[in-house]
Amino acid sequence: MSNETAIRTEDLEVTYTGNREVTALDGVSTEFAENKLTAIIGPSGCGKSTMLKSLNRLHEIQPNAEISGEVYLGDEGIYDTDEPLPEIRRRVGYVPQTPTALPLSIYNNVAYGAKIHGNYSNSELDDLVESYLRKVNLWDEVKDRLDDPGAELSTGQIQRLCLARSLAVEPEVLLCDEVTSALDPISAEQVEETLEDLKEEYTIIMVTHSMDQAKRLADDVVFLYLGELVETNDTRSFFENPQNERTQEFVKGHTAVDYDDEPDEESVTDEQPVATR
Amino acid sequence: MDRYTEQRLFGLLARASAALILAVLVMVVGVTLWRGGRVFITDPAVAVTPPGSRYMLDGGGGFLHAVLGSIFIVVPATVVASILAISTAIFLQSDYSSERTSDVINMFLNVLWGTPPIVYGVFVLTIIIAAGAQTSLIFGTIAIAIFQYPIMTRYADEALRAAPDTVKEASYGLGATRFETARMTVRAALPGVIAGIIMGFARGIGDAATVLFTAGRSTQMPGGPFDPATTLPILIFEQAASFNAEVRSHAYAASFVLIITVLALILVSKLLAGKFARFAPGGRHS
Repeated sequence: MSNETAIRTEDLEVTYTGNREVTALDGVSTEFAENKLTAIIGPSGCGKSTMLKSLNRLHEIQPNAEISGEVYLGDEGIYDTDEPLPEIRRRVGYVPQTPTALPLSIYNNVAYGAKIHGNYSNSELDDLVESYLRKVNLWDEVKDRLDDPGAELSTGQIQRLCLARSLAVEPEVLLCDEVTSALDPISAEQVEETLEDLKEEYTIIMVTHSMDQAKRLADDVVFLYLGELVETNDTRSFFENPQNERTQEFVKGHTAVDYDDEPDEESVTDEQPVATR
Repeated sequence: MDRYTEQRLFGLLARASAALILAVLVMVVGVTLWRGGRVFITDPAVAVTPPGSRYMLDGGGGFLHAVLGSIFIVVPATVVASILAISTAIFLQSDYSSERTSDVINMFLNVLWGTPPIVYGVFVLTIIIAAGAQTSLIFGTIAIAIFQYPIMTRYADEALRAAPDTVKEASYGLGATRFETARMTVRAALPGVIAGIIMGFARGIGDAATVLFTAGRSTQMPGGPFDPATTLPILIFEQAASFNAEVRSHAYAASFVLIITVLALILVSKLLAGKFARFAPGGRHS
């Protein structure tokens, strides 16, 4: 597996200038490795979603967001660039937190992105829709009802549809904003399995509230606290050997479930994980 | 008064108001259908027969001229007004306007919404006089479109605002342009947008004041956009004031046509809204 950097931020600072000024990100510089899944974690309101959205300039659809610093996709800056904004967002895809089907058929949910970005024949579109629905393990469930509204699927299915839809425009990086938080445990597991499969091929950056999810899925972890980058490391080192004091405290508060399978005296007795937050 | 008596009294009041309003509605629709229906039983062709040369005096012929006048004035007006209204509503969303801009425009729309239609009629009449033109079908269309525009805009704006932000996020996140995203948002809000268009159409086809000075109150068949024309509401007013009993009875027949049209429109809007609601995020809720 390569260890190339797919996308990196340099001194990224985002301020919301609404009724009161809030600095959501305060000078964050970090790197996200290619073909790996990186989890951004941290307490609520620490700037996780802002961080994620600033990677494809999606926060700009909200009024009053000011940004400085730069994000490099490969070698190109995405803020200081002549490339049209939609093109950047095609290259860095985004899956929202709330599973949202576009008001189109299941088929067109997947085909939509491809249709706006390129010229495909109908048979090419058919193939594309099938291949991406297969990629997110949804094809068998929906192949007989492709013309039904996407919104009529279950929430978990919609979230996998969203993944397929985002992948269909062939992004270089995929941003996932707490994609399992609105799902029931079984659907969440299916989406996690899908992400597990996808991370071999794609650079995925995922915001999550769940330490356990980060441990299960992520290769690397980025820990944000109040808009600042506290620590970033590969997942194992991050949880087993946190360097920063704040990381240690944060991880301690969440280590009810053990990271690996080695029996640990404390965790053997502690089989029921207690969610502490 | 103790809490439970209070609750019972309010319950009574609520039911009584609902019953009263329903009863009035049933009577209005019922009387129109009954009296208008009787005319259609004896003279079924009355709505599709052109008026005789002295229709207003002797009731010879029918009132096809007003039916056609209504269609040719209100249908194009609705098309024009809905295009303008949806564009404005899109412009009022945060992708195009700051909150302050959209607040100011919304205030103007409220003023327009509250403006009595007769004022639009007089306004368009002023234009007709200034232009040295004569009152005709096309000016009726303009006046109706101005009248419908704020109604439809408010409906569309509210529908677009109610569409989930995640649709926007998802669309932008795929690399859609602002226009493509706006189209997606309109699709997501389609049940509400259609309700607004139908409401505008129904209000337009029922309004007399806007066309009173502008369309020309013709008693002949309209021949083209620059001919004087009339619409059903104006005709009903004139028929009901006639000395001739047959002409007066035609007022009910014309009302019958109007009320059936409006009922049919509401039905169509429900059906369409139901069809598109299946696609709206959140499924079949609206």
